[in-house]
Amino acid sequence: MPERHQHHGQDRDFSAELVRILPHLRAFARGLCGSADLADDLVQEAASKAWAARNRFEPGTSLKAWTFTILRNHFLNEIRKYRREINLGDDTTHLNLAERPKQEDQLHLNDLELALQKLPDDRREALLLVGASGFSYEEAAEVCGVALGTMKSRVSRARVALADIMRTSQQ
Amino acid sequence: MKTAELQVFPGKFMEPRLSHREDPKQPKPATRAKGRKPVGRDQKWAADLRDMYKSVLDEPLPDSFTDLLRKLDQADDA
Repeated sequence: MPERHQHHGQDRDFSAELVRILPHLRAFARGLCGSADLADDLVQEAASKAWAARNRFEPGTSLKAWTFTILRNHFLNEIRKYRREINLGDDTTHLNLAERPKQEDQLHLNDLELALQKLPDDRREALLLVGASGFSYEEAAEVCGVALGTMKSRVSRARVALADIMRTSQQ
Repeated sequence: MKTAELQVFPGKFMEPRLSHREDPKQPKPATRAKGRKPVGRDQKWAADLRDMYKSVLDEPLPDSFTDLLRKLDQADDA
């Protein structure tokens, strides 16, 4: 049946493109959570979600932006889950996400990676998207589901904060 | 700061001698540096950030991705 053939062709294109994007997802996730292992878990889960939801992807739009959105939302859900567990489990109420990779493999992080982990989540992701992943402000705003002005302000604050952290860490 | 303000209206407030001596295209370093971020150092970490990202891009996919890749490969065989 022609329809089936077309469907398979789309799946094949989708899957090939997704495989090409995997390294980008890994790089973004690594910057987000500061842990290579955790990042790779996130990427595989996000890619599986993207594959399962492939029929909801609008052809002609950016698959990279779409998969980054899935990864980013998955990451935030995992943090919330983790923080809830921490809060329910004991009295350590002040742990944030940055503490998890720190406990695991902080020793492997360089100054910049450590500084990145000190940024608030929303600024870190903004800086990574615009300053490293090569997204425009518009695309980054879409990935994070915020207004363009909000994204610009987050990136700008992140730049100032990161420069400050790097300055003090070098002194 | 005062000189900068004066330069806006050189004919009105400034002696011709002074405006000859100072090239308006050449901003004085002292005025320029004030209130500015140390650009060089900022660019350094910005470049490092891109390098950090790129170094992950250049890594081969780890073995843990085998199952995922196999699943995505099935799209080709279908």
